[in-house]
Amino acid sequence: MKRWIPLLVFAVLVAFFAKGLFLNPREVPSPFIGKPAPAFTLPVVGEAERTFSPADMKGKVWVMNVWAPWCVSCRQEHPVLMALAQSQPVPIVGLNWKDKDREAAALLERHGSPYVAVPDDLDGKVGIDYGVTGTPETYIIDQAGIVRLKHVGPIDPDTWKSKFEPKLKELGA
Amino acid sequence: MKSRHKKLIAIGLGVAGLGIIVALVLNAFQDNLVFFYTPTQVAAGEAPEGRAFRIGGLVEMESVRREADGLTVRFLVTDTAQSIPVVYKGILPDLFKEGKGVVAEGKIADGGVFAATQVLAKHDENYMPPEAAHAVEQAQKAQATLAK
Amino acid sequence: MIPELGHFVLIIALVLAIIQGTLPLIGAHRGNVALMALARPTAQGQFVFIAIAFGCLAWSFLVNDFSVENVARNSFSQLPEVYRITATWGSHEGSLLLWVLMLAFWTMAVSVFSRHLPDDMVARVIGVMGLISVGFLAFLLLTSNPFDRLLPPAPDGRDMNPLLQDWGMIIHPPMLYMGYVGFAVAFAFAIAALISGKLDAAWARWSRPWTTVAWAFLTLGIALGSWWAYRELGWGGWWFWDPTENASFMPWLAGTALIHSLAVTEKRGAFKAWTVLLALTAFSLSLLGTFLVRSGVLSSVHAFATDPTRGAFILGFLAVVIGGSLVLFAWRAPKMLTGGSFNWFSREAMLLANNVILLAAMGSVLLGTLYPLFMDALGLGKISVGPPYFNAVFVPVMAPALFLMGIGPLARWRDASLPDLFTRLKWALAVAVATGLLLPLTLDGFNPWATLGFALAAWILLTVLIGFRERMRNGARLASLPRAFWGMQMAHMGLALGVAGITLVANYEQERDVRMNIGDHTTLAGYTFTFKGTTERPGPNYRAARGTIEVSKGGKTLYVLHPEKRIYNASGMAMTEAAVRYSLTSDLYVALGEPLDETAKAWAVRVYHKPFINWLWIGALFLVVGGFLAASDRRYRIAVKKLEAPAGAAAQGA
Repeated sequence: MKRWIPLLVFAVLVAFFAKGLFLNPREVPSPFIGKPAPAFTLPVVGEAERTFSPADMKGKVWVMNVWAPWCVSCRQEHPVLMALAQSQPVPIVGLNWKDKDREAAALLERHGSPYVAVPDDLDGKVGIDYGVTGTPETYIIDQAGIVRLKHVGPIDPDTWKSKFEPKLKELGA
Repeated sequence: MKSRHKKLIAIGLGVAGLGIIVALVLNAFQDNLVFFYTPTQVAAGEAPEGRAFRIGGLVEMESVRREADGLTVRFLVTDTAQSIPVVYKGILPDLFKEGKGVVAEGKIADGGVFAATQVLAKHDENYMPPEAAHAVEQAQKAQATLAK
Repeated sequence: MIPELGHFVLIIALVLAIIQGTLPLIGAHRGNVALMALARPTAQGQFVFIAIAFGCLAWSFLVNDFSVENVARNSFSQLPEVYRITATWGSHEGSLLLWVLMLAFWTMAVSVFSRHLPDDMVARVIGVMGLISVGFLAFLLLTSNPFDRLLPPAPDGRDMNPLLQDWGMIIHPPMLYMGYVGFAVAFAFAIAALISGKLDAAWARWSRPWTTVAWAFLTLGIALGSWWAYRELGWGGWWFWDPTENASFMPWLAGTALIHSLAVTEKRGAFKAWTVLLALTAFSLSLLGTFLVRSGVLSSVHAFATDPTRGAFILGFLAVVIGGSLVLFAWRAPKMLTGGSFNWFSREAMLLANNVILLAAMGSVLLGTLYPLFMDALGLGKISVGPPYFNAVFVPVMAPALFLMGIGPLARWRDASLPDLFTRLKWALAVAVATGLLLPLTLDGFNPWATLGFALAAWILLTVLIGFRERMRNGARLASLPRAFWGMQMAHMGLALGVAGITLVANYEQERDVRMNIGDHTTLAGYTFTFKGTTERPGPNYRAARGTIEVSKGGKTLYVLHPEKRIYNASGMAMTEAAVRYSLTSDLYVALGEPLDETAKAWAVRVYHKPFINWLWIGALFLVVGGFLAASDRRYRIAVKKLEAPAGAAAQGA
């Protein structure tokens, strides 16, 4: 009997680890799903006179992508967003989060912009309102301005197909 | 001494030693476990009085004030629903910034101010301390339920 | 092309590892010499291919290939060259690649230095190590490919975490991993012995030098990490009981128990099951440490990736390796007959007590580290277990072990008498107690913790000296004493130095946080620190505010210190670079806090006086040197040769 004790202790540990591993999943169910998207009005990068507010998009289903020029994962998803901007009709807005070095305009110039507008959230307050804990994060917002989906981490073609497309179809976009 | 007696004494000593260690551990746990509360919980009076605990959240924008002595700092820690005033005397960590995640350890002092003995920020600029993220998340969940 | 080449050779290495992990084991089981002979070439080939892969990654870092995601995330064009190379293992993916490189290196070392071992033993040991390698290579290739491309390439990298830009961090991870992974050899020997059922003194003698070398590397790695924390974190602390630190400390405690218990198994044939279990435990804790750091289940100051898939993979691997080995242990344990009897004060008894205490200490660290996870998993709230818990439990648990450490080496094997030990040790005991009681009085009044620390340090030192004297009285000359004896005594002496250093710094350090304007001064431990203001100084990849602080005593300027506050260009991260004046008896440590006015004339400044803190690292160095000395004892080489003939014959008969 005695010789099984180490194994038993280990089994208990493993059970706790397994629980702990999935306790803090990156995919936090956002409290905003089904709630109105927090309102804001921000200047738009590269267009001196223009401001952007979620209210501008009323009546449309749209996607808001939170990104930053200093964020490497965002660079990884950039070509995916470029392709999506070409191939499907849903407009993508790119919230430029905490861009302290003011690099967004130059970067989009160089690599192209998948966005219809790039609101400039310099101090990160809007991001905080949306519960952003890191970039990139992406939201689907419907015709009535209700948040329908939140995705944490970069988008690749698979996540778009499996996660975004069904939701967009359901919303009739 | 017979070997059976020897065995009994050995077992006795082993049990006594184990007992001492368990007592040490329990005693140390009693005194040194630090519980974590969100600003909302603290505002609701759920946090213990006279015992050290941790709060976490974001440093509220434009809330950091320095006193004349230069080393005492006052700021608000918020989980986006409630804010708790914190006072700390000492040097803040490098990554302490307004709008960033923070965890402070200390006690509730007079006037409901949280007197921190230690302020922690993470080593990585773009990473929020899990406790701080947890606090913000909880508050947002609560707000979402209220809005229903 | 270089990154693709790296990826490709990693796949080849995996294929070789699969061969190495299966065919030699089958061969050993069936007595097939041809299959067993595959062990050595596959192990050596695997090392070559992993080394090439590592070289490819290092090359990508060196030439700033920001089309590789790993490089873009962890390097920067302005980063000095030496850090670009070390950035290779600064990331999650890179550090895992270093892990498998180390494993392949140890396996190759076994394949080269095992000529005198029976073929089936070698085949089993290398086979088991191959299986471990399969797990880690698969983990690397499936979830953490270090060669993933980034399209379009990033224009520049995000820079290495500034905290890691320090030469202590250059060598800390490789040394630590050498230790972690080195326990895989002891593990593989234990598994091989369990499979073959041949658990004898020869097995213990074979694993002993490997275990001691791994332990010495781990000691060095931990000491470097602690020294890095002392200089770089800007808080003057040298041990934080952070989960990541604990993750390396637990295998160290188990490994320390293991090298002592192996001694008993080798000399007396006793504690076989216990020794095997410790060998399994030491490596299991190394794997556990890897899991805790890599999976993000515990929040820690330097946990890397928080990615559940990676965590799930390591956990699954952990369950298979550790679970499997424990099942094997439970199955084979009844076969292990325990050797000779011994009495209460024999060396065996002392070593057994030492083992029990070390494991209890390890258990208390494990409990403290995992308790927040248990509470969270059970939904009982979020808590943290801080340094006070560890200090309150660890110190009283370890104190008896340090006391026994003085007696153990002087007690005879099998049969020792208490009156005899007392006669030999009474003076040492009296002097140690007197030192403990009197020394604090000359410093700062009576202090029970200081008394305990000084008494134990003096006790160990004196018993080490008695050990040498008794040997010499028996006619031995210092130079002719075996290296194993020297190694043990040096390691024990190192511990005495470390205990003395810890006692002094923990009880008598002084610190002060002050606001300082240009020309202000503050006095600490008899030294006057005068702030002369800051100047701007550009670094290769950062800008720094460089402070000037004059230290004087009795009106005479002794030193000028230059602490810095750096802002790193790529990340915008601020970093405190402390200035330290090192000496054997005390360190003066100055760190800049933050500027307190718009013009940055007045700063928050933190000053420390740290008496004898360097004794800690010197003590650790003694441990390391002692470990290497003991492992190089000629006894192992001669003994192996003597065994060669009968063992070889036995293998052929099997």
